[in-house]
Amino acid sequence: MRSVRGRPSLYTSYEAETRLFPTRVQQVALGVFVLVILLMPFDLPVIDQLPVIRFLDENYWLKVVNKALIFAIAALGLNLLSGLAGQISLGHAFFMGVGAYTAVLLGGPDSGRLWGYGLPIWIWLPAAGIAAALVGVLVAPAAVRVRGLYLGIATIGLVFIGLHLSRVFPEVAGPGALGRKWPRLEFRIWKEEEPFLDLTRKGKWLWFEVTQHQKTYFFLLVLVALFAVVSANLARSRTGRSWAAIRDRDIAAEIMGVPEFRAKTTAFAISSFYAGVAGALLASFSIQFNPEAWDLLLSVEFLAILLIGGMGRVSGALAGTFFVILTPHFVERFAHWMGDQAEGEGLMSGFWDGFVSIGSGDFGFVSVSQTALGFPLPVAALDEIIYGALIIAFLLFEPQGLYGMWVKVRNYWKGWPFSY
Amino acid sequence: MTELALFAIAGPQIFTQTFAKALALGSLYALLALGFVLIYKSTQTLNFSHGAMALTGTWFLSLVFTDWDFPGRFLPGPSSFHWFLSLAAAVLLTAVLGVVVERTTIRPLIGEPLFSMAMITLALEVIIRTVSFDAVNVTNRVLGVPWQAQVFTIGGARIAWSYVAAVVATGVCFTAVWLFFKTRLGIAMRATAFDQEAAMAQGINVGRVFSIAWGSGAAMAAMAGIFASMPPWPASGVASRESAFFVFRALPAVILGGLDSVVGALAGGMIIGFAEIYAGQYLSGYTDVLGAGYQQVVPYIVMLAVLLVRPYGLFGTEEIRRV
Repeated sequence: MRSVRGRPSLYTSYEAETRLFPTRVQQVALGVFVLVILLMPFDLPVIDQLPVIRFLDENYWLKVVNKALIFAIAALGLNLLSGLAGQISLGHAFFMGVGAYTAVLLGGPDSGRLWGYGLPIWIWLPAAGIAAALVGVLVAPAAVRVRGLYLGIATIGLVFIGLHLSRVFPEVAGPGALGRKWPRLEFRIWKEEEPFLDLTRKGKWLWFEVTQHQKTYFFLLVLVALFAVVSANLARSRTGRSWAAIRDRDIAAEIMGVPEFRAKTTAFAISSFYAGVAGALLASFSIQFNPEAWDLLLSVEFLAILLIGGMGRVSGALAGTFFVILTPHFVERFAHWMGDQAEGEGLMSGFWDGFVSIGSGDFGFVSVSQTALGFPLPVAALDEIIYGALIIAFLLFEPQGLYGMWVKVRNYWKGWPFSY
Repeated sequence: MTELALFAIAGPQIFTQTFAKALALGSLYALLALGFVLIYKSTQTLNFSHGAMALTGTWFLSLVFTDWDFPGRFLPGPSSFHWFLSLAAAVLLTAVLGVVVERTTIRPLIGEPLFSMAMITLALEVIIRTVSFDAVNVTNRVLGVPWQAQVFTIGGARIAWSYVAAVVATGVCFTAVWLFFKTRLGIAMRATAFDQEAAMAQGINVGRVFSIAWGSGAAMAAMAGIFASMPPWPASGVASRESAFFVFRALPAVILGGLDSVVGALAGGMIIGFAEIYAGQYLSGYTDVLGAGYQQVVPYIVMLAVLLVRPYGLFGTEEIRRV
């Protein structure tokens, strides 16, 4: 049943109310949004001039966006577990690592001391998710027994045990801190020489010249869209409702006949599946990946993404991912821009010079020229501080995250001019 | 029985040496766990920035003692006396940091869900750690520990003075907390931990209790950080990133003992310390199988095993869950 014309909030059936995009405005907005993100990677006259895109340069920002898309998959997964099912997990990085190592074991090249079967991507990518999901199923019984913060810390234990295992098996993880070559994003039918679709090299699609980053972008876009739709649908299914019930009050949910064990197990399994796929993609995308990178900070980053985006919302998880991944790059750009201003002859150059240190010995809080730690903060350290400060600011002032901000803005204009 | 068997195999010296090391590590873990417990009991917050605060404490000590030589400028006497004064100053400075952190970021969020509280301390961890890493890395920051890496011998076993220092420091802290709980303010704190609203109704200034809890928690972190950076420990006498990571290894101790139990902190710390050191000593023959550095994972495995049997730790209060 469609909603009645002119009364967008009047729903006459349950199906109408639970539609993903109930109103006409939302459907049009979705169409425009899809068009923009499809055209974004190309050099087009209008879109190229959008402030966000102009600020970052071509190939560079596309690579960053690709990374954000991969993170978005993992964030969507954690959103199911922490946002919907309410289980605090600091072990997301561990599940990503499980996925990545499964991928490298199945898809990586076999070279003497390193193990690998060289299988094509259509095997190793799903297998990465499935392996992580199986590990998730093994962990889930602990979540039934252990609750709240205790569960959070228990999952920290997983991260440390995982890191240790990656050191014990250099045949899988690669020697030392360097890591090993990960399977590349190349599509083969079986082990033939020439891949029929190679996302790591330039090529021609129809009559367009596309770079490897543009190719990867479209591939990831399809994946993210798929995972987002699945998780949005899960949220409004029987499973999703059982998760929400467990999150809100587990005992009450059980009394109503929601099986706690099954709900938590499926939550862990599906969330880990997302994490496994994202981990495999991330490692593959980064070409060389340090085994020590699957650490607690990575897990914390995903919780931060959810928090900044808005817990329990697909749109929140996506917005949060882009916010968290892109912000450091903006900070970097801004620092360099300040450096340029300070070096220039402009009216404000003295003002900016107070903040940035350009050469050695120049006074400033941020250093654009050196990366060594020390008093003029290197830009990387500034990134970290801003990242932490953002989390605190969101917690203190907008606990609902970016999604909550959007709801406030929307409600203001909904009631305008009678908003209060 | 197994320990006796091991004792017979490895000889009394090794056993005594290992015992001393385990006792020292256990007491450091207990000290860290005590800081966690004090903060958790009063504000229901698990302070993930504990490690960052420990690092900040060591940094403050190196600033006050090595860089500025603050007590040495005004007071006569041996430098070891100045060192102890600097230690007190560093601990006090870290306590101030704890109070400031509590007042600005924790207080507005009291009563929010566990997740928000955990998240805000994780964010604090990122900030404090970045700043103090940045500060620590300029120069090699020497702590100037009076007893350096000196050892003494008991029946052939060589025991470092730092081990004794760690045990003594922990003993002092636990005694101080025990005595503090008997004072008027300590009773107020226990009342607040028991029931915030009832405590407020009795006229207890709950906000001040929070401040004191965070101040003393941060002070414990600084103590543990400093005593864990002394020569035989990995950081060996300099303020380094090690101390920030060391604290994450103490989390199993906190969980094992129970998040809200002072006795649990002591027991958990000791169990984890002994498990780690004894596994490191007596399983070293199996390093090929277990992998180098396996002893650092032992605490987590012990913790996971105990949690499955007792979900609220050994001494933690079981949460009464209502519909």
